[in-house]
Amino acid sequence: MKKRIVTATVFNHSGVLNRVTGLFTKRQFNIESITVGHTETEGISKMTFVVSVEDDRQIEQLTKQLNKQIDVLKVSDITDQAIVARELALIKVLSNGQTRAEISGIVEPFRATIIDVSRDSVTVQVTGDTEKVEAMIDLLKPYGIKELTRTGLTAFTRGSQKSVTDLKQYTLLK
Amino acid sequence: MTVKVKADPESRLSGSETLIHALKQEKVDVVFGYPGGAVLPIYDALYQNPIKHVLARHEQGAIHAAEGYARVSGKPGVVIATSGPGATNLITGITDAMMDSLPLVIFTGQVASGVIGTDAFQEADVIGITMPITKHNYQVRKLQDLPRIVKEAFHIATTGRPGPVLVDIPKDVAASIAQVNFNDSIHLPGFQPTTNPNVLQIKKLNEAIESAKKPVILAGAGVLHAKASEQLLAVAVKKKIPVVHTLLGLGGFPADHPLFLGMGGMHGCYAANMSLYECDLLINVGARFDDRLTGNLSTFAPHAKVAHIDIDPAEIGKNVKTHIPIVGDANEALNKLLQEKGSSSMCEEWLDHIQQYKQKYPYWHNEVKEVISPQGLMEMIHTMTEGDSIITTDVGQHQMWAAQYYTFKEPHKWVTSGGLGTMGFGFPASIGAQLARPDKRVISLVGDGGFQMTSQELILLKELNLPIKVVIVNNGSLGMVRQWQETFYEKRYSQSILSVQPDFVKLAESYGIRGYKVSTSEEARTVLSDVLQDDEPALIDCRVSPTENVYPMVAPGTGLHEMIGVKP
Ligand SMILES: Cc1ncc(C[n+]2csc(CCOP(=O)(O)OP(=O)(O)O)c2C)c(N)n1
Ligand SMILES: [Mg+2]
Repeated sequence: MKKRIVTATVFNHSGVLNRVTGLFTKRQFNIESITVGHTETEGISKMTFVVSVEDDRQIEQLTKQLNKQIDVLKVSDITDQAIVARELALIKVLSNGQTRAEISGIVEPFRATIIDVSRDSVTVQVTGDTEKVEAMIDLLKPYGIKELTRTGLTAFTRGSQKSVTDLKQYTLLK
Repeated sequence: MTVKVKADPESRLSGSETLIHALKQEKVDVVFGYPGGAVLPIYDALYQNPIKHVLARHEQGAIHAAEGYARVSGKPGVVIATSGPGATNLITGITDAMMDSLPLVIFTGQVASGVIGTDAFQEADVIGITMPITKHNYQVRKLQDLPRIVKEAFHIATTGRPGPVLVDIPKDVAASIAQVNFNDSIHLPGFQPTTNPNVLQIKKLNEAIESAKKPVILAGAGVLHAKASEQLLAVAVKKKIPVVHTLLGLGGFPADHPLFLGMGGMHGCYAANMSLYECDLLINVGARFDDRLTGNLSTFAPHAKVAHIDIDPAEIGKNVKTHIPIVGDANEALNKLLQEKGSSSMCEEWLDHIQQYKQKYPYWHNEVKEVISPQGLMEMIHTMTEGDSIITTDVGQHQMWAAQYYTFKEPHKWVTSGGLGTMGFGFPASIGAQLARPDKRVISLVGDGGFQMTSQELILLKELNLPIKVVIVNNGSLGMVRQWQETFYEKRYSQSILSVQPDFVKLAESYGIRGYKVSTSEEARTVLSDVLQDDEPALIDCRVSPTENVYPMVAPGTGLHEMIGVKP
């Protein structure tokens, strides 16, 4: 199984998410995550899917079938392009007076933030590519994760396809 | 009494009147439907401002009739049904049309906007239910949108790869009155099918043809949708390439032409299947490599370079690896191919070789004196009608025999359910076919099982005086099921023998049409030649051999080159 990142620009007509997920079910495509949100243009939304596919033929089918949907304006498999891809996770970690500072110390280099503190837990917000989010979760696991929620990946291609500075190509695949 | 339905922007119209006017704008000449609570406003407008309406006796009958109409006329079939049960009764037909790419525009009533989502009386989530079985669907939220939605629905149904589009109209929207504008144009930036094929790809195909030694064309229903029969013939003749049809493509290429090899697939003929197996260039024109056609994919066309012309890019490469993909309309693609310079393929040897298959291994069957052989019956009907009738079939053995033995010289005369294999399709489809072509003889070949799924529509033959001849190929069983049980389940005939049956003659008579029962070839010949003379409906219950099986056959899991039951 290979992971691919596919984006679709769609009319946000009612039911459009249904059409897309229904199509995935009908054709037996595995979706890892979907994010949907408005774009800069009114009435147009952008969906980002992370899907796992068996081979090139399957990803080709997926994009072609998506393209056939009347409410879908554009479909791109951006996996192999220079992209920015981010997801956000909220992680509620067990903590007490002793561990709170420790957790704070772990969170900082990730440029994650503690957004809620209670007597027995802290909530960490982390944003980044999937690897980074997963690394953060791994590090927090030993303290006991009470609750975890992730948005799934949202992505688009970089302004310039030649990557600038240190911005490595997204490595979800590798 | 007529209602003002002028297209002037000042006119205030009800939703229903708007719909009728919009249908007239689309030049709809007949609708198939059934009334009910949620469509009362629409039927009221129809009463005031008639479009020919065919009242089927079951919504499934209405939609199959619309499919028959669409298949024969090439125009969209239009269906109206009420909310809830009316709409759900359409599901089989919608799916059938989706699978076989038939243009339909279906209007369903819906409960009033205010109660949608409350499980109101006769509410069903028709948009949700039909999403995977329509090309697109709409729920009309406000009357002002209706003219545009109707335009878009017809456009989508008939453009690119045809298919069914459903428009769900809440009762209050149909009843509301507003100033409507019929000039709104369609707005479908997400729907721009490519019809004009890429010239470079055409050139590649042309080169592939020139270097091929064993080319074959596989022609599907896309040829018929694109009205490309003439171009297909021209290409085949110019390039000297033999032609195989899919089940749904039959009629696209003249069956009596020397280059025609017959139907391919599970019950196709030996020459057709062997040519697909042995070819070194396979040119698919408007077929979708259905599994009933390809047999086991791992041994399908193993030596071939594959070119595929299809209006739907998603069909290209879906099942079979394709070397020369050509997205576009079959008509335009074949025309462009004809314009390319170049010689015909140099393949006399191949043509001879395939001809030998054709000569040596035709369809074959045994004739027994006392009983009617179903294959012989097909041949008899073919001879009597000179292969010039419109034939609709149901699904099962009789369908395969009809496909094998009733051969066509012209397109748009073959009406059958392929992709979904819908029993109950054939008879109502003949009603739509006859309405589309009142000038043509229409014969409905049905099984004794499937006919009973939609036989209530017999009343329409009486009511509309349609001169359709219904031929029941009565083998006293769900023959195709029986055949598989005989072959693959050690003759355990579980629920496939119809030992008790209605009296089909009396059934016909109770609907006010003539019924006949025939048990020998002689009787069949006499009755058929009799009823084919006149313009009245008739039903003929033909008692055929109950044990006959369809051969040759590509058994499930095997390849096209492994046919069983080939002529010895
Ligand atoms: C609606 C539906 N139900 C079940 C089937 C499965 N099926 C395929 S062929 C067949 C037998 C059809 O019997 P009959 O109409 O008598 O035709 P025959 O095969 O005997 O010619 C059945 C049950 C089907 N195709 N469609
Ligand atoms: Mg039967």
